[in-house]
Amino acid sequence: MRTQRLGAVLAAALTLSTAACGASEPTPEAAPATAPAGPVKLTYWTWAPNMDKIVKVWNEAHPDIQVTVSKQAGGDDAAAKFLTATKAGNPPDLVQAEYQHLPSFIAADAVADLKAETEPVKGEFGEGVWGLVTLGTDAVYAIPQDSGPMMLFYRKDLFDKYGIEVPKTWQEYGEAARTVRKKDPKVYLGTFSSKDPGAFTGLAQQAGAQWWSISGESWKVNVADEPTRKVAAFWDGLVKEGAIDDMPYFTPEWNKALNDGKLLTWPSAVWAPGVLSSNAPKAEGKWAVAPLPQWNAGENYSGFWGGSSVAVASKSPHRAAATQFATWLNTDPAALDLLVKEAAIYPAAAKAQAALGTAPEYFASQPDFWQQAATVSAGARGFTFGPNVSVTYNAFKDGFDKALQNGTPFADAVQGMQDATVADMRKSGFQIAS
Amino acid sequence: MTSTAKRRRPRGRPSLAPYLILTPAMVLFALFLALPIGYTVYLAMRRTRVSGLGLGKGARREVFVGFDNFAAAISDGELWAGWLRVLGYGALVLVVMLGLALLFALLLDSARVRLARFSRIAIFLPYAVPGVAATLLWGFLYLPSLSPIRAVFDVDLLGATTVTYSMANVAVWGGVGFNMLVLYTTLRAIPRDYYEAARLDGASELQIALRIKIPMLVPAIILTTVFSIIATIQVFTEPATLRPLTNTISSTWSPLMKVYRDAFVTGDLYSAAATSIVIAAISIVLSFAFLRVVRDRAFGEG
Repeated sequence: MRTQRLGAVLAAALTLSTAACGASEPTPEAAPATAPAGPVKLTYWTWAPNMDKIVKVWNEAHPDIQVTVSKQAGGDDAAAKFLTATKAGNPPDLVQAEYQHLPSFIAADAVADLKAETEPVKGEFGEGVWGLVTLGTDAVYAIPQDSGPMMLFYRKDLFDKYGIEVPKTWQEYGEAARTVRKKDPKVYLGTFSSKDPGAFTGLAQQAGAQWWSISGESWKVNVADEPTRKVAAFWDGLVKEGAIDDMPYFTPEWNKALNDGKLLTWPSAVWAPGVLSSNAPKAEGKWAVAPLPQWNAGENYSGFWGGSSVAVASKSPHRAAATQFATWLNTDPAALDLLVKEAAIYPAAAKAQAALGTAPEYFASQPDFWQQAATVSAGARGFTFGPNVSVTYNAFKDGFDKALQNGTPFADAVQGMQDATVADMRKSGFQIAS
Repeated sequence: MTSTAKRRRPRGRPSLAPYLILTPAMVLFALFLALPIGYTVYLAMRRTRVSGLGLGKGARREVFVGFDNFAAAISDGELWAGWLRVLGYGALVLVVMLGLALLFALLLDSARVRLARFSRIAIFLPYAVPGVAATLLWGFLYLPSLSPIRAVFDVDLLGATTVTYSMANVAVWGGVGFNMLVLYTTLRAIPRDYYEAARLDGASELQIALRIKIPMLVPAIILTTVFSIIATIQVFTEPATLRPLTNTISSTWSPLMKVYRDAFVTGDLYSAAATSIVIAAISIVLSFAFLRVVRDRAFGEG
């Protein structure tokens, strides 16, 4: 144990020193006469697929600003890593920041305010998504990259086989779930995952939840609000009566159920085709997409699951160059085109819609995939994320794990999220309005 | 150089040389052990305080809070619930793993075993499998819809109570080989004359094992027990790797998982530092308490 720890520290020290050497090494041939320091070198932490290819296009066009992509694992781990690196004093210049993690970056003073630099491109983004990078303040902490409006993905062939209509409301979804169980006890309409707070957040947003908000100089925390409790109670009922399954998403078991046609729907985000094509390759062409079921017939709401922005580290010595790159990446038509084609994401910039031509290969049978996405996107509503989303999300996992395991009400888990969030914010000294 | 200086040097040299030789070790110890521990203690006594919304520059500063974090760590029920779970898990692992290791070592050492070399490697091999890989491998075997075990007898191997046994199984599978090897090497070092004498006196193989081999193995058994106690207190890989596959393992299942959660999930390095010091203190106390209890048996002959 001790030798292992020693080895790890040694390795870390070596990496640090080599990294330091790498950064200080001048590149003689590319240095123009006017700028003695040579080209600006930027590091960029991201987990978008094929980002290195997109960055290569930038690097070729901009010899004076060279960006290096450092591929990250993504999700909560990447956010924790960035905060730790900031604390240790060696963060990357640019970082992919999921919207829900951005406030914790801001609270840790880890990302720079880009208000002046981003003024010209503000109009490229919708108001909702822009609010996610400003938190409703005057500052601009990141440039939006993609968004994840939620839709209902379903097995068209099996819906036909079992004679189910695509549910328009959640009540119909519940009815369909019961019908499926009656027709084939081995098959479920869907599953409730206690491991994916992001999905639950999106469903709560659809119902109109506002977990955090800022009023004056204090935070309002309302995780257990009316819409959220409504969503929790709905899924609680379905899980308890056995109408839907309770296996987590993204597990080998879940993959198997998708591949075998044992799960008929997945309320997910616009990035789902990428996941389905790698996790359920056998079902290619059999899935279709529809808007999420609504709480009241005739509405057209959705929520967001995922989506991220590009932030510039507050400790970066090259803020201007980094912002220039981030702006190009997320607003330049050529870059947006590459983001869609190479990284397979749904860009946040409004003009990117033009780049979204043909449907993803996995959804070849649904040529209007992107039109559907655009319609849903228009009705998607989000909320301001608080400064300690990771605490809330962790409380979600523990609370809902327990609720599924012991059969306790989901409402308790939601209350647990609220309590954990408030307790953590109080501990740190955040001002909270009751 | 004067003659007095020359005469003094032989006395001076022996007092300097050991320090010179020790210097590299001391420097490494200070840099990579004492310093990180010191930094952990420092972090454990601090906390961030934000003012107002906590956004923007200067809204967040680090303050000294004395023993507040320790008080919070000790009064957290989740930590002690975690200890209880680890205690049950540890007792299970310790007894089964060391029991099997002892049994295998004795079997391999007895003269009649065929394929001894093959069996030795076969038993040892799982130890060479990294913990994460081993846990994932078993995790796939446990998952209800993928498990071939489920096809034979119908138990939810990742259920609320069974999950502890399932994790203990992974630890035992990976740990038996190493402990067996330690015991086996000690057995091979025992002079064969003892057994010969015992056989001449009419002792059976079983009697030799119980009356001669096991008593002579006691120091090695104690050594492996201490190692195993420390390893079980630090259990992390198995529950952390299995956690995404089931909803029966919480983020604070074991004390170390709580440290990981505090530091890297909820971003509270200060609480994590305090909790890890509490854990270190408890594991030192447990290991020394065990050694104290068995000291006379283990080192009595010396």
